[in-house]
Amino acid sequence: MSGAASTGTGEVWVVIGASSSVGRAFAMEAAKAGADIVLAARDLEDIEASAADITVRTGQRAEAVHWDATAFDDHDAFVADVWRFAGTRRLNVFFAAGTMRNQDEAIADFSIARQIVEVNYLAFVSVATRLEPGLRAQKGGKVVVLGSVAGDRGRRLNFVYGSAKAGLHAFLGGWRSRLQPDGVTVLTVKPGFLDTAMTWGQPGLFLVATPQGAAKACLKAANKGRNEIYYPAFWRLIMLIIKSIPEVLFKRLSI
Amino acid sequence: MKWKDVALTGWGRTSTARTQAARAERRGEIETAFNEPGGEGLIAYGAGRSYGDVALNDGGRTMLTGRLDRMLAFDETTGLLVCEPGVTFKDLAETFLHRGFVAPVSPGTAFATMGGALANDVHGKNHWSAGSFGSHVEWFDLALPSGEVRRVSPEGDAELFDATVGGLGLTGIVTRLALRLTKVTSSNVVVREARAPNLSALMERLVETHGRDTYSVAWIDALASGPSLGRGVVEAANHALSGFERAKPKRAKRLPVDLPGVVLNPASIGLFNALYYRRIPADGRERTVDFPTFLYPLDALGDWNRMYGKRGFFQFQCVLPYEEAEAGLRKLLEVIGEARSASFLAVLKSLGEAGRGMLSFPRPGFTLALDFPRKSGTAELMARLERIVLDHGGRIYLAKDAALSAQGFRMMYPELPRFRAVLDRVDPDRRMGSDLSRRLGIRSDA
Ligand SMILES: Cc1cc2nc3c(=O)[nH]c(=O)nc-3n(C[C@H](O)[C@H](O)[C@H](O)COP(=O)(O)OP(=O)(O)OC[C@H]3O[C@@H](n4cnc5c(N)ncnc54)[C@H](O)[C@@H]3O)c2cc1C
Ligand SMILES: NC(=O)c1ccc[n+]([C@@H]2O[C@H](COP(=O)([O-])OP(=O)(O)OC[C@H]3O[C@@H](n4cnc5c(N)ncnc54)[C@H](OP(=O)(O)O)[C@@H]3O)[C@@H](O)[C@H]2O)c1
Repeated sequence: MSGAASTGTGEVWVVIGASSSVGRAFAMEAAKAGADIVLAARDLEDIEASAADITVRTGQRAEAVHWDATAFDDHDAFVADVWRFAGTRRLNVFFAAGTMRNQDEAIADFSIARQIVEVNYLAFVSVATRLEPGLRAQKGGKVVVLGSVAGDRGRRLNFVYGSAKAGLHAFLGGWRSRLQPDGVTVLTVKPGFLDTAMTWGQPGLFLVATPQGAAKACLKAANKGRNEIYYPAFWRLIMLIIKSIPEVLFKRLSI
Repeated sequence: MKWKDVALTGWGRTSTARTQAARAERRGEIETAFNEPGGEGLIAYGAGRSYGDVALNDGGRTMLTGRLDRMLAFDETTGLLVCEPGVTFKDLAETFLHRGFVAPVSPGTAFATMGGALANDVHGKNHWSAGSFGSHVEWFDLALPSGEVRRVSPEGDAELFDATVGGLGLTGIVTRLALRLTKVTSSNVVVREARAPNLSALMERLVETHGRDTYSVAWIDALASGPSLGRGVVEAANHALSGFERAKPKRAKRLPVDLPGVVLNPASIGLFNALYYRRIPADGRERTVDFPTFLYPLDALGDWNRMYGKRGFFQFQCVLPYEEAEAGLRKLLEVIGEARSASFLAVLKSLGEAGRGMLSFPRPGFTLALDFPRKSGTAELMARLERIVLDHGGRIYLAKDAALSAQGFRMMYPELPRFRAVLDRVDPDRRMGSDLSRRLGIRSDA
């Protein structure tokens, strides 16, 4: 990262988990709307390609920064880099990092379970707390975070991942309230099934939505200052039903 | 790599395949795929806009490259674009048309990808002046079946370059390419349309456009016969002198269901063709349209291939050398007319210099393309047409093909031995393969 302060006048979005197809699509949508972009993930080669793509297609500035979710000690430097890129412009945050692994493997091997909890939940806590002073000081900005319908209720087949997302949702609920007086909005996005690398080849999926559609919905909801959306929207209803199943029954379901 | 069992079809929906497919979202994944064992070989699949089985691999593996669609660098002074293979002609129009640059060569659909355009060395309505796609590619990065990624240019390895341009995806998977875009004076084109009452008049009018107009194409009423045989409308177009507008991302209308086969019958098609012809005043007409509308008339109806019903359709496209063209086209149109199975409109274009690829389709001559709904007797008809093409020294376009015989293929593509020699060098273990390569015995005589 060059670290040179930008002289641009528009807004800035930092997209964390930018090598996810949803993150990449969101970065492009935000750039089309006139923002400059910081792309963050581990796969630097990949996000450098996406940064170039943004610049060629939209003319906006875009930079790729290496970010490892679990290298918590590096997150201060990362956040400082992001603020340097933003300069005096308003910073907004899109968080798409996440990982889903086989549940049985996660239970057999704690290091996998730990990875799931750290990437989906703790990494956000780490970045959010370090970003907070700057976000509050700028008296505004949007934060958009990808949670999951899996966080709405722990299911037999996916509760390690689900519990990390549930933790994320709870954190966001409180943080939203804390940042509200400073004009910073926080949007919790709960996607159903998205057609991404995470779900490619997974059995049992239905009504899979495109990453582009999800990205557009996120930007639209963020611009409206929404607090929580399901995407696609019908998942709100599905989850309402799933949440209403009594526990005595639910524990017998192998879903 | 994660492999998923999927069913893929060619655009004509007559060729289908069950295959293990991976979808690359990052370039590195392509190398990984080659380093994994298994499968009946591998083939890349771009946007699936080829009509037959060139991108299909039944029982084998497929690498979907559509999501590798980033533009990596663009130089406004030279027009050189470096991009990933999944970038489409639609992406190019939306990004560059209002900035004064267009694809140097474009097929009749904007949904095709750069990888697909390279592998079929596609041609457009400007072939006479611009040649085919491969002549505008400066270099490409090719993931070889060994897993090694190599930058290939005509200066560096001309044999591998010429085997990959028009090489049907069989030399490996292209992961990046550098394409020279063309600078134009306007995002609009001025189109002149004129009727031609019969085949010789039509051919003459097309030849008249050479050196005069940037783009030309003719639509033939394939059901007209007798003295009207080969009647049609010639469109010639040039960029307007000024004015740049953004390409509007149009939402294609969708066909909600497969149309029952009976909707398209000789009577309804004959009526449509006659109307299409008469819509042009006898003394011609001129209009200004935006470039994508001119290039991609069929894209307005998203999945028009479903019009032919569940059984699908074949497309037949051949090129006949200029000397033989009139006699050959006459024979083709007569046989097609007798069979009463042609659809809507046939397209006639004139081609210039041959493509540089060993299996490139374009060569100087007239190229005729038309659709045949699949029904009983279609296979025999296609075989008769193949015979006529051979008798007149022509060749059939593999991007459109699902019916050509291995023997016919060998006669039409005399550079096959050179192509095989390159494959023996870069893919000795035969890790690449497609339904088409097996059907036509590309690796070894079937
Ligand atoms: C309506 C319509 C109009 C058309 N008009 C024209 C025309 O005017 N002129 C013309 O020439 N063609 C025309 N075509 C044909 C079309 O341009 C070609 O079939 C083109 O190759 C399709 O590109 P695709 O991305 O869909 O590739 P696919 O059909 O998916 O694949 C085609 C070939 O490209 C290979 N391939 C794809 N990606 C890669 C990669 N990354 N690396 C290596 N190999 C790869 C595949 O293996 C396969 O061999 C038309 C097709 C349609 C549907
Ligand atoms: N796909 C779905 O159906 C679905 C449904 C609900 C919610 N979601 C959520 O949506 C978000 C995007 O998911 P996706 O489907 O696009 O998944 P994906 O393709 O697997 O993307 C995951 C992203 O997280 C990053 N990441 C993973 N581990 C990391 C680590 N240790 N350090 C830094 N970055 C790491 C990845 O970047 P690198 O690998 O480059 O580091 C990548 O950018 C995730 O939060 C996911 O939980 C997805």
